[in-house]
Amino acid sequence: MRSSGRQIRSLSLRVSGFHRAAQQRPVGRPVRLFMAVVEHSRFASQAPPRCSGSFFFFTVTVNLWRHRSRLPFFFISQTRQGDDKQYVGFATLPNQVHRKSVKKGFDFTLMVAGESGLGKSTLVNSLFLTDLYKDRKLLNAEERISQTVEITKHTVDIEEKGVKLKLTIVDTPGFGDAVNNNECWKPITDYIDQQFEQYFRDESGLNRKNILDNRVHCCLYFIPPFGHGLRPVDVEFMKALHERVNIIALIAKADCLTPNETKKLKDRVRDEIERFGIKVYQFPECDSDEDEEFKQMDKELKECTPFAVIGSNTVVEARGQRVRGRLYPWGIVEVENQSHCDFVKLRNMLIRSHMHDLKDVTCDVHYENYRAHCIQQMTSKLAQDNRMDSSIPILPLPTPDAETERLIKMKDEELKRMQEMLEKMQQQMHEKDQ
Amino acid sequence: MGGRDLFGYVGIEAVLDQMRRKTMKAGFEFNIMVVGQSGLGKSTLVNTLFKSKVSRKSCTPSYEEKISRTVHLKSVSHIIEEKGVKMRLTVIDTPGFGDQINNENCWDPIVKYINEQYEKYLTEELHITRKRRIPDTRVHCCVYFLPATGHRLRPIDVEFMKRLGKIVSIVPVIAKADTLTMDERLDFKQRIRQDLQASGIRVYPQKEYDEDVEDRIRNDKIRENIPFAVVGTDKEHQVNGNKVLGRKTKWGIIEVENVAHCEFANLRDLLVRSHLQDLKDVTHYIHYETYRVRRLNESNASVSGLSALPLENGITEKYEAQSQL
Repeated sequence: MRSSGRQIRSLSLRVSGFHRAAQQRPVGRPVRLFMAVVEHSRFASQAPPRCSGSFFFFTVTVNLWRHRSRLPFFFISQTRQGDDKQYVGFATLPNQVHRKSVKKGFDFTLMVAGESGLGKSTLVNSLFLTDLYKDRKLLNAEERISQTVEITKHTVDIEEKGVKLKLTIVDTPGFGDAVNNNECWKPITDYIDQQFEQYFRDESGLNRKNILDNRVHCCLYFIPPFGHGLRPVDVEFMKALHERVNIIALIAKADCLTPNETKKLKDRVRDEIERFGIKVYQFPECDSDEDEEFKQMDKELKECTPFAVIGSNTVVEARGQRVRGRLYPWGIVEVENQSHCDFVKLRNMLIRSHMHDLKDVTCDVHYENYRAHCIQQMTSKLAQDNRMDSSIPILPLPTPDAETERLIKMKDEELKRMQEMLEKMQQQMHEKDQ
Repeated sequence: MGGRDLFGYVGIEAVLDQMRRKTMKAGFEFNIMVVGQSGLGKSTLVNTLFKSKVSRKSCTPSYEEKISRTVHLKSVSHIIEEKGVKMRLTVIDTPGFGDQINNENCWDPIVKYINEQYEKYLTEELHITRKRRIPDTRVHCCVYFLPATGHRLRPIDVEFMKRLGKIVSIVPVIAKADTLTMDERLDFKQRIRQDLQASGIRVYPQKEYDEDVEDRIRNDKIRENIPFAVVGTDKEHQVNGNKVLGRKTKWGIIEVENVAHCEFANLRDLLVRSHLQDLKDVTHYIHYETYRVRRLNESNASVSGLSALPLENGITEKYEAQSQL
């Protein structure tokens, strides 16, 4: 074989084990030693190589008892195009990622928006089986006349089977309640932009280990079931927010609709969303190699939007079981019954299957849009000031100086020390119990 | 000494019969106005109340559903008859109320309409040669639909009812009440009553107009129950072998006329069976008289008629007295 310019382009040694010589090995048993799997490709610029690689391997059969020396053996796996692969072991990577993330815990920020009295708090409590709104006081009509839209945050730590979730619920009391609701969504868009800006600032800072991610990952928007579709305030709100956050539209208090009415309303809302060009959160497409059942479920899910939900915190007796539901003189509405409402579908989608995707879309799409927009604004401002474009964007905000950096470092170390102390205490308690 | 038997049957009560015959021949008029956001079931409720299709529902397929930018009032009249008694029922609808983003002053067209009807009646009354029966287009009752939020009155509700409680009899109802459980309903009603009292809103039946003890007892019972939580429908279903008006859902059938389910029957009794004439009387003797006194005091009236038509905010316009048809 002509070997013009044969060079060892890449030397890939895949080492899967390392054994000491077998002094202990019984005499007479030969051990095969594979050495130096070298994969190199012909370095020929003109013609494409006839075969993309050729390799040498030495198979040396050593009769150990003859040599009686301690030889380290490198067991090296070989690869060759066309040969069957041997097990390397990086298939355990997802498990490693899983272990690390379980240790770190997850966080999720959910925003609920809609007029008051649509059952937002009840639904949030039902979704996460907590009681976030224990001490809430309802304002009377006079106080509400002068109320403006506020943003309130509740954070709760939930743990289930060792997996920790830090859940933040952002509520918007006062939205859509006043007589004049012009721009009532402005405080909400300002809040979302603020979170993006804070993350942008932290990301461009010098100490990036403990960035707090407060960005809103998902916004549940409640549409009242009383109307005939989307009202002007609904359309304006969703148009103001669809570029900033994942919007999931829900039909609230669906127990006042018959099945026919529910279907009609859903169709209408879907049509109007399309007509007005509102970009609600789209479920990612199934891969083509998923099984039929999964694809069918996915299709059903997509056809069901917007979800018609009912929430409840009370447990009632129905058909001999205790279920979460609402008790009426004419019957019992079960929240977790799929034929009654879409609560189960919403919960599965939001928590069990698409939570991570929501976070990804927020990071990859909405945040990147914001960031690109921000940087564009900055560079255009710089161009206006007749300065050279720098490769690293100059932030509009002053980067923290050395003093602040030092303080941050000190706080980090303090945190670490406290965490270690906590672990020690936990261990001691554990030992005491045993 | 016989002859003069003073304790006999005179026959005064036959006057009632005569009155009955006359009024039956003449027929009744009743004007009801329904106010509320779109989709609260106003037309369905009116149809159910009078058991006939007097109002066109906005969810029928042929209806062009558009949220109008301003509130226009549409009035539709029908003549319905029952057991020989004819009634000319006019339903005044207010599409567009409360549907916009900015709902300030959305009640102005309504207030203007009500005052215009009073004005018409007044002009007719002041005519030198006036008709025997003045056509009555005044609004006798205004049914205000509250969405079943379960919390309290909203600012728009308070503003509307404050202004209109002074000029017309308001009957507030909780619309689409099948989304509230019994406990929630009681709490909601109590909170609404508190809010109404705190804002000084007087709804029908007003306490001040109770004439005697009997009335007061009857009306107190009603006052403890307002606002009525209603559910309306025009579809019938089979329940225990009977055909009833109801809404069929996956978890049960809501019977509209069952008092245990919703208070539609109470509302119907109030509006149609027991207090219809009272509503008209209150409108005629109290609201209309208030308007009349105010108008006559305001205008420097010449003998022939009125020189100006006041609107709610004090702007005056020229108004020509016309003969009514």
